[in-house]
Amino acid sequence: MNLAFRDVRHNLFRFVLTCLGLGLLLAVVLSMVGIYNGLVVDALTITRAPRVDVWLVEPGTKGPFAEASRIPAELREAVARLHGVAAAGGVTYQTAEAEFVGGSLRVYVVGFEPGRPGAPEDLVAGRPIVASHYELVADRRTGLALGDRLRLGRNRFEVVGLVENHVNSGGDPAVYLTLRDAQTLQFDLAPPAARVQRARGALPQSQDTLNAVVARLHPDASPEDVARSAHGWKHLSTLTQAEQETLLTKSVVDRARRQIGLFMAILLVVSAVVIALILYTMTMEKLRSIATLKLIGAPDRTIIGLIVQQALTLGGVGFGLGVLLVSVVKDHFPRRVVLETENALVLALIVAGVCILSSGLGVRAALAVDPSTALGG
Amino acid sequence: MQPLAPDRVVLLERIAKHFGEGEARVNALSEIDLEVRSGEVVALLGPSGSGKTTLLNVIGCIVEPASGRMHLDGELVYDGRWLRGDLRRLRLEKIGFVFQFHNLLPFLDATENVAVAVELAGHSPDAARRRAIELLDHLEVSHRRDALPARLSGGEAQRVAIARALANGPRIILADEPTAALDSKRAGIVMDLLRRLAAEQDACIIAVTHDEKIFDRFDRIIHLRDGRLDSGANGHDAPQPALPSRFAPSPKDAARA
Repeated sequence: MNLAFRDVRHNLFRFVLTCLGLGLLLAVVLSMVGIYNGLVVDALTITRAPRVDVWLVEPGTKGPFAEASRIPAELREAVARLHGVAAAGGVTYQTAEAEFVGGSLRVYVVGFEPGRPGAPEDLVAGRPIVASHYELVADRRTGLALGDRLRLGRNRFEVVGLVENHVNSGGDPAVYLTLRDAQTLQFDLAPPAARVQRARGALPQSQDTLNAVVARLHPDASPEDVARSAHGWKHLSTLTQAEQETLLTKSVVDRARRQIGLFMAILLVVSAVVIALILYTMTMEKLRSIATLKLIGAPDRTIIGLIVQQALTLGGVGFGLGVLLVSVVKDHFPRRVVLETENALVLALIVAGVCILSSGLGVRAALAVDPSTALGG
Repeated sequence: MQPLAPDRVVLLERIAKHFGEGEARVNALSEIDLEVRSGEVVALLGPSGSGKTTLLNVIGCIVEPASGRMHLDGELVYDGRWLRGDLRRLRLEKIGFVFQFHNLLPFLDATENVAVAVELAGHSPDAARRRAIELLDHLEVSHRRDALPARLSGGEAQRVAIARALANGPRIILADEPTAALDSKRAGIVMDLLRRLAAEQDACIIAVTHDEKIFDRFDRIIHLRDGRLDSGANGHDAPQPALPSRFAPSPKDAARA
């Protein structure tokens, strides 16, 4: 006879409410795990989007994400000719505020050369950019739809394609323009500012500037060899894709990542305390029944089984409700919430461990109860 | 060691128990000699604090005596220390408990409340359920076998509790105020039932009670005062003490006399 199940059945409404409360708490923990993962994934999305092997940036910098980087556009040709390089493309990155449907839209503008590395390759709707000017591919999170027109700088761009989950480390959705349009947006001065510069006698600067050159390698080429060669020949700073990703996760989003990680750890501790209190209270309410069981001869393992099974049931149902809740609401978060099976399994194990440890308090109280408590009124 | 007569189910020899030490020491039981035979129904009487519940707890192997010897169902279980490590098993197999407020497990229905004791003794769930239904039927409460304790009347709940106490065929039934929560008619019915079942199972009953209306259902009434048995009440063969008029002898006592 499963005493734990029967006790749960007897107090089903209260047990379900308790599970719901615990489920909400675990949903918050899972959300934090998802936000933590999302932060890392978001940080890597833009670097992974061009599907390249090597990043070549301004000497002495670790651009273009961790630091500012400006290099002449003609270096792309030089990089493309390096041994082991299959293709190279120039890219620019900048954030911009645009007006859209009466509101402000913050976007991460990526400039690329159509037909070369740097272009978005996983369109979910529409087509790639084919015109030289005034077309853009946008991330769905911008809220833009195919055919929409967006004003950036002094020009209007038509949305011809859509991508998903292309955001920068700050969560701003990306829009892709041709390199020429992006350079104009980034380096062209507005007429009044240009007039001021001319009046100062400043020399006009070349607009044909990139933030980085990205390169795809032949399958048998080593990214480290190409990086070494580019550094030695053109004095460019180079980062392999792996180095770029490490830089982003260890440096750019590290503080935010640790902040969320710490908050997540605190939430786990709070959950553990709440679970322990719930289990302790549930046990204390059953002390007379437990005393009766001991009096009629129930061994300790029966008493321990009763408490631990209820603890695990509570944790299991609460965890299930938490997962369900997060699955339903995760897409409504302003930033990406990434929940992987592996994370859920680890949290499930943590919850199971916490339940077993927490039930220790209840087990201790139950084992200490004197069977004679059951005698008399 | 001289073997015990098989019908001496409970035998206490110079059992003592105290609580606290020094000035705070309270002698709960002093030099208790008691013998109860199978089929015998014994009442423990005494004012509050006289040691009745402590004596019941000692016989139920819940409280360890300070000294003395105790035999239960022919087995020496205490001789200055417990001689068995598995006292709960001993209780499960040899002792049945009936409480004032029946103490049924609130989350189990009547059948399960009885079956749980049988299952704890190592029987299969099916066998336990069959035994529980058989006992409930015998106690004429099988029509309420699916009811939770909260939905049982006082008499029904006490019958279920008795069924649980008898579930494993104990040789000793310890009852703590078994009829205190019942009216006089139901109290008489419950005691008659206990007597009948004890006789059927060849068990003895030791009950703590203050319920005068059921005194005539006992074979012997033992009076405790300040942790000591009243003179002459200890041994089974000792003559019955002259009871106060309210402790009128039962018909069985009268016949024995």
